[in-house]
Amino acid sequence: MKVLLGIGGSEDSVRALEQTVERARAADDDLTVAIVENPNADATPDEIEDRVRGVLTDADLDAEVRHVAGDPGSRLVDIAEEEGFDQITLGGGETSPMGKIKIGSIAEFVLLNSHVTVKLVR
Amino acid sequence: MSRDRIYPDEPSGPFPEPPLSFEDRDGREIEIVPLDPAGDDREALVEMYLQFDPADRAQGIPPGQERRIRDWLDTILDDDCLNVVAWHGDEVAGHATLVPDEGAYELAIFVLQRYQEAGIGTQLMRALLGYGASHGVEKVWLTVERWNRAAVGLYKKIGFETSDAESFELEMTIRLR
Repeated sequence: MKVLLGIGGSEDSVRALEQTVERARAADDDLTVAIVENPNADATPDEIEDRVRGVLTDADLDAEVRHVAGDPGSRLVDIAEEEGFDQITLGGGETSPMGKIKIGSIAEFVLLNSHVTVKLVR
Repeated sequence: MSRDRIYPDEPSGPFPEPPLSFEDRDGREIEIVPLDPAGDDREALVEMYLQFDPADRAQGIPPGQERRIRDWLDTILDDDCLNVVAWHGDEVAGHATLVPDEGAYELAIFVLQRYQEAGIGTQLMRALLGYGASHGVEKVWLTVERWNRAAVGLYKKIGFETSDAESFELEMTIRLR
């Protein structure tokens, strides 16, 4: 399966990266990692790339890593639809101090607008 | 993921301080008291959440399964949180909590299904805010699923104002002082 993982540096997106890489290894998925600009995340795109490459190396998985400029949600949907991806994978939300799950704004946009299957990782 | 929340300029209240008791609309005697973390309150709360209808979950809480319920209660019954419980005899009918969050508090309230629509939620909210105000709480926020009209109506009646309507959930805030 051709999988597009969007990662912006939030904690849940890093968790999604780790699980998606593990899953890609097990299922022999064709994984592309898209580093997006998440205004709510502290990490820079280069720091995120280092993190991504580290996880890929540890897992001994070959995957394309690219930087995506512009509005993250709409760019991910565009890429997935234009390039024939089977699935977009994203972090499934952060939790509040209370423990309430809050879906990020990128995931909200992708869920509502993507014609490609979307997977949120918890 | 922190950003500046907007709070009303004017404080709401005053709200009554617990303990307090009242008769609900179904004639049940309800007593609202601050949670005693040392006593049997925790087990009674676990019991309420085990009975809680999953259809009334909001954004993943309360969780299902006893282990997850206990983990979650460990978080929100911590010493720096403020909790009040609505008792009907020795059974918990409802529970409301304030959890500290960067100078403000996040609020959540749960009323067991067979005690809903009897006025307990309103009293529980007011008692929690009274308890908070007496402990120096100034700013409180919450999120609520926008289709949950009953809850949104209750929060508005208490004095909460919508501070963010951009996401799936509405964010509402109130100022106590």
